[in-house]
Amino acid sequence: MAEDREWESTETAVAELHKKIKEAFEVFDHESNNTVDVREIGTIIRSLGCCPSEGELHDLIAEVEEEEPTGYIRLEKFLPVMTEVLLERRYRPIPEDVLLRAFEVLDPTKRGFLTKEELIKYMTEEGEPFSQEEMEEMLSAAIDSESNSIHYKDYITMMVEVQLFKEKNKVT
Amino acid sequence: MGCSDSSFIKDKKSPKVIKAATIIQNWYRGYSARLKARQRHALTVFQSIEYADEQSQMQLSNFFSFMLENYTDEREEDPELIARLFGCNLPDTREDYVKMIDVPDSYDGPRLQFPLTFTDIESLIEGFKQQKILHPHYVLAVLFEAKKVLMQMPNISHISTLLSKEITVCGDLHGKLDDLFLIFYKNGVPSNENPYVFNGDFVDRGKNSIEVLMILLASLLVYPNDLHLNRGNHEDFLMNLRYGFTKEIMQKYRVYGNEILKILEDVYTWLPIATIVDNDILIIHGGLSESTDLNLLHRIERNKMKSVLMPPIPSDGDSAIDLKITKVGSEKIKTSVSLSDQLLQHEWEQVITIFSASNYYEDGSNRGAYLRLSFNTLPKIFQYQVTKATHIRPLYQRVNTVEGSAIRMLKERIIARKTDLVHAFELYDRNKSGKLSLSQWAFSMESVLELNLPWRSLSTRLVLTDRDGNVDYMSSFQNIRIQKPVKEVHSTLIETLYRYRSDLHIIFNIIDTDHSGMISMEEFRTMWKLFKMHYGVPVDDSEVDELANKMDLNKDGSIDFNEFLKAFHVVHRFDPSRKSNKPVVQE
Repeated sequence: MAEDREWESTETAVAELHKKIKEAFEVFDHESNNTVDVREIGTIIRSLGCCPSEGELHDLIAEVEEEEPTGYIRLEKFLPVMTEVLLERRYRPIPEDVLLRAFEVLDPTKRGFLTKEELIKYMTEEGEPFSQEEMEEMLSAAIDSESNSIHYKDYITMMVEVQLFKEKNKVT
Repeated sequence: MGCSDSSFIKDKKSPKVIKAATIIQNWYRGYSARLKARQRHALTVFQSIEYADEQSQMQLSNFFSFMLENYTDEREEDPELIARLFGCNLPDTREDYVKMIDVPDSYDGPRLQFPLTFTDIESLIEGFKQQKILHPHYVLAVLFEAKKVLMQMPNISHISTLLSKEITVCGDLHGKLDDLFLIFYKNGVPSNENPYVFNGDFVDRGKNSIEVLMILLASLLVYPNDLHLNRGNHEDFLMNLRYGFTKEIMQKYRVYGNEILKILEDVYTWLPIATIVDNDILIIHGGLSESTDLNLLHRIERNKMKSVLMPPIPSDGDSAIDLKITKVGSEKIKTSVSLSDQLLQHEWEQVITIFSASNYYEDGSNRGAYLRLSFNTLPKIFQYQVTKATHIRPLYQRVNTVEGSAIRMLKERIIARKTDLVHAFELYDRNKSGKLSLSQWAFSMESVLELNLPWRSLSTRLVLTDRDGNVDYMSSFQNIRIQKPVKEVHSTLIETLYRYRSDLHIIFNIIDTDHSGMISMEEFRTMWKLFKMHYGVPVDDSEVDELANKMDLNKDGSIDFNEFLKAFHVVHRFDPSRKSNKPVVQE
């Protein structure tokens, strides 16, 4: 049908993105005044499927903040910036195999696991270090209490299953 | 490698290692954020549904007025019904009869001695911790005594933090005994030195409403000047019918349940409306609207207000007051104007909403809080959360629990509107492909269900989508159905009865003046006609009649309405009650 063709135009794609972004934003808009606390922007951006690094996130926040930072981000500023991010498919999530290889780099003797201490050391001292809260959170799910270690292959499979749920709901 | 600690890679600062760590951190932060977003979504679902429920209460309340106007036209004067609705002229349960209820020696629950002392409060707390059920003799005795004390109180109590008393203010408890215990543990039990204000909604929803109420009323009896109770919208016999307290009482007290309920109705009406601290802070459940007149609140005969859902008993000289309860939670408002001045217009400096039932929607959904007030200082807020676990569960498990519960509730709403939803979907799907764009689906859901929710984000939990992002809209109804009590009956009728079942339950209970659980078929039919008229439901009178007959519930011209309504329930294909360590969300 002719109308169906229209749905594929870029304007509609952008309109769809706008709705999607607004929806994600509104969930955190506790005062219903089109603003969110800047500390929740990271969660919002990631909930839209993007995976910016902490550095990239800081840059994004700088783009959407007010001239004089108020601690709040307004939808008017967030919307166009986020739309660009989604259109350009920036900050794509890490594929499972890349994640696995990253763990293997940290486990060069190929034991198949990292000890709790090793994980803590790497996560809190290297790269973009975790805060204590983030570390505890990851440990609570990742560490097998009997061996006090993380069997990363199983861990990844388990985490990905959560993503898989989304895949399961797709029909061909 | 030469390292003393062989478990570490020799050159920690190698770029490969840094990159690997960064990848893992990056991935984890994304994953964690998505979990938190899902948690927020779940909370949004709970709140939207609760808000919608409040709206439907308004509708029910309007129906009562409508029914009153029209019912008497349909039938001859029914004095009992009018009396029931206005709550007067009921034969009162006599106090002396009640006190003759025997407490057997075999009873091992708390035993109270009147006049109550703090030992009795401790006895109650201990007994309830051991899950004992308080004997109806004591329940009724406490209720009777509490009523006597409450009757002496004005609508609005004035208390003070001078004399270096710090006052603790608690919000909704909703039958969560563990939260009350946690508050007492952190903040101390009530006493002359440790005064409390409980700002309503002690009961309903939680499973220990009667225990919470007993502790509060007993404390009131022991410390009448230092334990203050404000009436909440759930201190209301009609709300209790809908939100579980009535059910809890009937389950715990099979023999004396009705007696307890009757006295309770009365006690509720004598609960004060508000408390004022230091002439400066107003504590009232549900807050105020712009049209609330505090002076009027001081003067009204509060015991005439049977229920927030019904007009107050008419009395000469009183204007009907519209006490709009607009929020869940209670409010404390600070004013800069002293109360001797005109109270109608005032500038409130601050509004604080206090809610004291943690895990209100579901295990892990929220924390609770209480407030401590002392003279001339800012209020101090204390937060807490009850948990049964001895360790914190991992985030994905907590999120799964909350989300699973929210989605379950939402699906029940969805199936209850199936006919209207399919109609809306088909309007868009003109070539009958069975598919809609995500946008069209989201729009339909929102307009039919009238729930302001992040539908796009929730879609993965609710429907099947294909690679192009199109929604198989009939999958909105997968894995759940409304039980059909009888085969040959229209889905629309079943849907309607399921959808309105709690309203109908309340209405039937009102009509059932002798609490027998039965009403006459004539009353059933009349009430149905009125319901249909007011709610505009597309149902045939004869259909309902036929259904009742088919269900074999029409016994000698009477119908057991509890059985009737129980038959309309939902069946979930996958029950998420099974426990699993895997983070797989319910399908």
